[in-house]
Amino acid sequence: MNLLSDGRREDGRQLDEVRKIQVETGVIESAEGSARVKLGETEVMAGIKIIPGTPYPDAPGDGVLTTGAELIPLAHESFEPGPPSEDAIELARVVDRGIRESGMVDVKKLCITEGEEIWMVFIDIYALNYDGNLFDACNLAAVCALKSAIVPWKQYGKGEEDLPMPVTCTPISVTECKIGNDLIVDPNFNEEAISTARLTVTTDDIGNFRAMQKGGKGSITRGDLSLCLDRAVEIGKQIRKIIG
Amino acid sequence: MEKRNAKRTREIVVPGDILADASDYRAGDNTYELDGKIRANVMGIKNYRDDVVGVIPMGGFYMPVTGDTVIGIINDVGPSNWMLDINAPYPAPLHVSEVPWKVEFGDTSRFLTVGDVVLLKVLMVDESKKIQVTMKDSGLRKIEGGQLVEISHTKISRVIGKSGTMIQMLKNMTDCRIFVGQNGRIWIDGDAENVEVAAEAIRIIEAETRSANLSDRVKAFIGKKLPQADDYAEEDE
Amino acid sequence: MSGHTDMVLVNEEGIRIDGRKVDEKRNIKIEAGVLKNASGSCYLEIGKNKVLCAVYGPRECRPRHLQNPTKAIIQCKYNMQAYSVTDRKRPGTDRRSVEISKLISEALEAVVQTELYPRASIDIYIEILQANAGTRCAGLTAASVALADAGIPMRDLVPAIACGKADGNVLLDLNKEEDNYGQADVPIAIVPSTDEIVLLQMDGNMTREELDHGLDMAFKAAHEVYDVQRAALKKRYSDISKKEGDSVE
Repeated sequence: MNLLSDGRREDGRQLDEVRKIQVETGVIESAEGSARVKLGETEVMAGIKIIPGTPYPDAPGDGVLTTGAELIPLAHESFEPGPPSEDAIELARVVDRGIRESGMVDVKKLCITEGEEIWMVFIDIYALNYDGNLFDACNLAAVCALKSAIVPWKQYGKGEEDLPMPVTCTPISVTECKIGNDLIVDPNFNEEAISTARLTVTTDDIGNFRAMQKGGKGSITRGDLSLCLDRAVEIGKQIRKIIG
Repeated sequence: MEKRNAKRTREIVVPGDILADASDYRAGDNTYELDGKIRANVMGIKNYRDDVVGVIPMGGFYMPVTGDTVIGIINDVGPSNWMLDINAPYPAPLHVSEVPWKVEFGDTSRFLTVGDVVLLKVLMVDESKKIQVTMKDSGLRKIEGGQLVEISHTKISRVIGKSGTMIQMLKNMTDCRIFVGQNGRIWIDGDAENVEVAAEAIRIIEAETRSANLSDRVKAFIGKKLPQADDYAEEDE
Repeated sequence: MSGHTDMVLVNEEGIRIDGRKVDEKRNIKIEAGVLKNASGSCYLEIGKNKVLCAVYGPRECRPRHLQNPTKAIIQCKYNMQAYSVTDRKRPGTDRRSVEISKLISEALEAVVQTELYPRASIDIYIEILQANAGTRCAGLTAASVALADAGIPMRDLVPAIACGKADGNVLLDLNKEEDNYGQADVPIAIVPSTDEIVLLQMDGNMTREELDHGLDMAFKAAHEVYDVQRAALKKRYSDISKKEGDSVE
C-alpha cells in the first residue's frame, strides 16, 4: 500500500496536517463535565464525575484524578467486549500522564478538609468511532471536559456554591506515526495499520514537554524524535487556538 | 596470510557484534550486513570458511530440516495421526500414511501411544514451519529398551565427528547400537554397562566440544572404563 | 513526579544523595544463564534494583488465536514481586504492569528476528525482586540478555537507561527519591548498532534544551550498559569453557 506519495497522504493532507477538530462540551447533563470530540472521523466522548472521597495518606491535601478509557465494540469491528485490553490501558495511561504531569488541574484546590476529605475526579473516555489516533482525540476530549467541569461543592453541602474546575493550563498531545522514513501527524486508521512506530508528545502552554510515549514494534531515530518535538510544540499551539 | 590466522581464533560473539568488513568477507550463517559491516545475529563462535564469515550458535532450539533423522516422543494421539515432540519450537505430526503398518481410522493408539519414543525422518518443512515426519525409511522404528541421552543439538556434529569417525569409534569400542538424532537426542542400546559408558562418553563430548584432541580423550576414557574394548585405530581429526 | 519534599536531591557541588554526579549511572551487574529450566535467563542489579528474567521458547503459541502465521509473537510479562517495594505490592497484574509489559515486548520486537519462527511464541518473564526506580529499563536490559542467552536470533541487544530532572538539574539514571520528588523521568532504550530508539517515555516537565541534554547523557550511558551486557554473555560462555577444562580427567 502506498499511502504517501510526493509528500501527500491518501486523504490529501500534508505530512504535518491535523484533521478537522470539532468539540462540543456540556453534552451530558448527568456528568459534572463532558466533551464530545471529533478528529476527522475519529470520535470520542469524555465525561467527568466528581465525588467527595478520602485523600491518599502521602498527599492529604490533594484531590485525586483517575483516568479510564474504553475501546467499546460500538466504535470499531476490531474492539471486543470485556475488560480493558492492553491498548485501552496504554491509551488511558498516556492521556492520564499528560493531564497529571502538566499540572493541568490544581489538585490543591480540590481539598475539602485536609487529611479527611477531598474531591475525587473521574475522567472516563469512551471511543465512539475509531479512525486512528485515539491518543490525541482522547486527550482533547479529556482536556475539554475538564475545562467545562463544575465541582459540585454546593450540591454535596461542602460549600456555598459550585465552582469551576481549577485549571492551570491546556496540555495538548500530538501523535505521529512512522511509515517508511516519513513521520505523519494525526494518523488515520489506514495509516496506523501500516506504520511501524508511534510517538505521542504532550506539551504545556509554554511549549515545555510534559509527557511522551513511544509505541509500536519498530524504532525511531534521534532525528525523528527531534522533528516530533518541534511539531508537537507548533501543532500544540494551533490546537490550543482552536479549542480556545 | 591474515585470513588463515583468523581461522584459528575461536572468538565468542554476541548479537550485534561486528565480525568483518563486508568488502573483505561474505555474510554467512547467522549474520547480517549493516552499513558495510557484517554483524552477528546470534550468540556463538565466530567462524570463517574461505571468504565467508558466520556464527556457530552456542544454543537455541533445533530447527528441523528436510531429510534430518530425529528422535521424537509421542505426546498426543489423534484418530489419523500422532503428535510428536521433536525438541523443536513446533510439534511434529506423524500421519498414519507415514508409518510402516496399515492403521485403521481411530486405531492409532494400538500402534503408538503417548510416551513412546520413535526414530523418524523429517519429510517436509514448509514456509510457515509446518513439519511432517515419516517412519517409512530403513532403520526407522519405535524404540524399545536402551537409553535416551539428550544433548544440545549444536553439539551433534561433534558426536558424529568428521566423516562419522567419532560415532564409529563409540559404536566399535562400546559394542552398542547408537542412533543419533539431529535434534539432540541419542539412543543407545546394548549391554547395560557398555550403554552407561557410551552415554558418559557422549556427555564428555558435549561438555568438551571445544577441546582440540577430543577423540583421543574419548578413546582413553572408554579404554579405561572398558579395558576389554577393542583397540581401535582411528584417524585423529 | 508528584511528591513534595524538603530533601536536597542535588547539592551545590552537583552531588546527589547517593553520592553520584549528575551524569553518573548506578553500579550495574549482569549475569547470564542463571536459571536451569529457562531457554535463556539473566539476573541484573542496577543500584538497589534486583531483576530476574527468563525466556521460554520459541515454542508453540498458546492460546492459538494469538498465533501469527508469518512470525513469532513476543509475550512479555513484567511483574513486581510483593516484597519488592516499601509497602507490600498486591500480587497480580495492574494497569502499570500491563503497560510496561506491552512497551517491553514492542521494544524487543524491533530487534528479534521473529520472522524465523512463524506461529511460535517467545515468552519473556521479568520479575522485579527489589525496586528502586528504573525497573522497566532494568527489566528490558535483562530481557535482551536473556533472549541472546536463549540463542534467539536478534540483530542487536537492547540496553535501556533513564534520564530525568531533579532540583532543576538534568540527571542520569534516577534513583527512587529522585523519581518520587524530582521533576521529570525519561526512560529510553536503544539499538546500539544504529542508535535507533525502541522505547521512550517521559513524564514531568522539561524544556527542549533539558530534554536534549538528558538524551545525550542517556545515549552515552546506554552504550556503557551495552558493554556490560556483552561482557556478561561472553563471560557465560567462557565459564562453560572453564568448566570443560576442569572436568578433564
